[in-house]
Amino acid sequence: MIDLIDVHKSFNTQHVLRGVNLHIPKGKTTVILGQSGGGKSVLLKHMLGLIKPDSGQILVDGVDITKLSDKKLFAIRKKFGMLFQDAALFDSLTIGENVAFPIREHKRLPEKKIQKIVKEKLALVGLEEHAHKMPSELSGGMKKRAGLARAIALDPEILLFDEPTTGLDPVMTKKIDHLIIETQKNLNLTCVVISHDMASTFRIAHNIAFLCQGVIAVQGTPEEIKNTDHPVLKEFLEGFLRHQEA
Amino acid sequence: MKTFITFLGRITINILGEMGGMAVMLAKTIILTFTPPFRIRNLIKQMEIIGVNSVPVVLLTGLFTGMVLALQGYYGFKKFGGESLLGATVTLSMTRELGPVLTALMVTARAGSAMAAELGTMKVTEQMDALAAMAVDPLQYLIVPRIWASILMLPLLTGLADAIGIVGGYIIGVKLLGIDPGIYVQRTIDIVQLRDITDGLIKAAVFGLLLALIGCYKGYHTKGGAKGVGEATTHAVVIASIAILIGDYILTSLLM
Repeated sequence: MIDLIDVHKSFNTQHVLRGVNLHIPKGKTTVILGQSGGGKSVLLKHMLGLIKPDSGQILVDGVDITKLSDKKLFAIRKKFGMLFQDAALFDSLTIGENVAFPIREHKRLPEKKIQKIVKEKLALVGLEEHAHKMPSELSGGMKKRAGLARAIALDPEILLFDEPTTGLDPVMTKKIDHLIIETQKNLNLTCVVISHDMASTFRIAHNIAFLCQGVIAVQGTPEEIKNTDHPVLKEFLEGFLRHQEA
Repeated sequence: MKTFITFLGRITINILGEMGGMAVMLAKTIILTFTPPFRIRNLIKQMEIIGVNSVPVVLLTGLFTGMVLALQGYYGFKKFGGESLLGATVTLSMTRELGPVLTALMVTARAGSAMAAELGTMKVTEQMDALAAMAVDPLQYLIVPRIWASILMLPLLTGLADAIGIVGGYIIGVKLLGIDPGIYVQRTIDIVQLRDITDGLIKAAVFGLLLALIGCYKGYHTKGGAKGVGEATTHAVVIASIAILIGDYILTSLLM
């Protein structure tokens, strides 16, 4: 579905991605783990073409998006939905209008039908009663759920999540994880999740990739990851297990 | 000495880089203007924000500028008995120079800063990335309507400032200082030409382009959080104001 081949990216003197090779399988949830500031969000934005790599290929359904014109890239992006770290809701629009935004942009539908879809999507994330509210009136968790409703408004094939549970309490984290699992299963989506939350990762992942020092150092199923020999990933796991025991 | 040369070199590179970036943004704006979908609703909304909402401040600026011009002009003309030229002087000053420049500076302070702050906030909160992720070109959705709204509204606002400034000058000259109204108006009609007004309106359209392009560019390229937004807003206002004053000199010499 998505393949990254030898992707390099630098910002000024900082070499963030140093030859990333990664395969994202169709219809599965892949979690990309890594330390904070390690380039996970940069990697995710490469998959959407929001950032262009210095070198390397990014194939979406076999098409190298690094070589596409803006017009063709925008067409490819219609396959995607993305939930940003802080939801990135348009603060001048209500929650309902936020969810309606991509539908109005890309589909010629009567207003009644648009409102029906908005209601459906908000109901999926448990926010049907909050359609009229502005983003500033919502809590962090509600914003993320509203962002998810907007991300699935056009029924995308691929859903990208940038740290969906960062800054949330454990109860809300579990709720969001559950939402990701349900959405992935019900809509048969390909999901890519950026995270450094191990508990969340093991709940939602079919595959896990570990980004370390600009490369995918380890990739495998959750079971394979649990038995890793990679020293940094091991530290991640040990920290997680200590936290669980406590 | 070496440090000073390095400093100068860095500033030159920065200025050239920013000018290049703005030229690229302008070129993309022109291309996207003629590429569907056409964002007419956004254009009208921006015309309201930049134009209609600026009317009170522009009227106030124009009125008092015309009034003070009349007072100052009368003080000078009285010295050699040229009071009858006051109406024409106020009108020429307003239409050719002060109307367009002061209107542009006021709109820069009010709407140019708002453009940089709003776009900058959208940038740092990833709302622009969200637009792009939803296959909506942020340049076409956000920048193109702002630039065209500014180009279209500045001449209209300048026209209002000119008119109210001329009225202000008349009130001071005729009602307060006692110049004969017939002479005041007739001398103005004799001296002022249509071109004096149209040249000012052309200037206003160019200033509209400058202030919107700079405000949008600084907002679109904002980095960092709240501090970055604050810096982008300040830079936008300062750079746009300087660009308007330099542009004014260049345009005046070209239109003479």
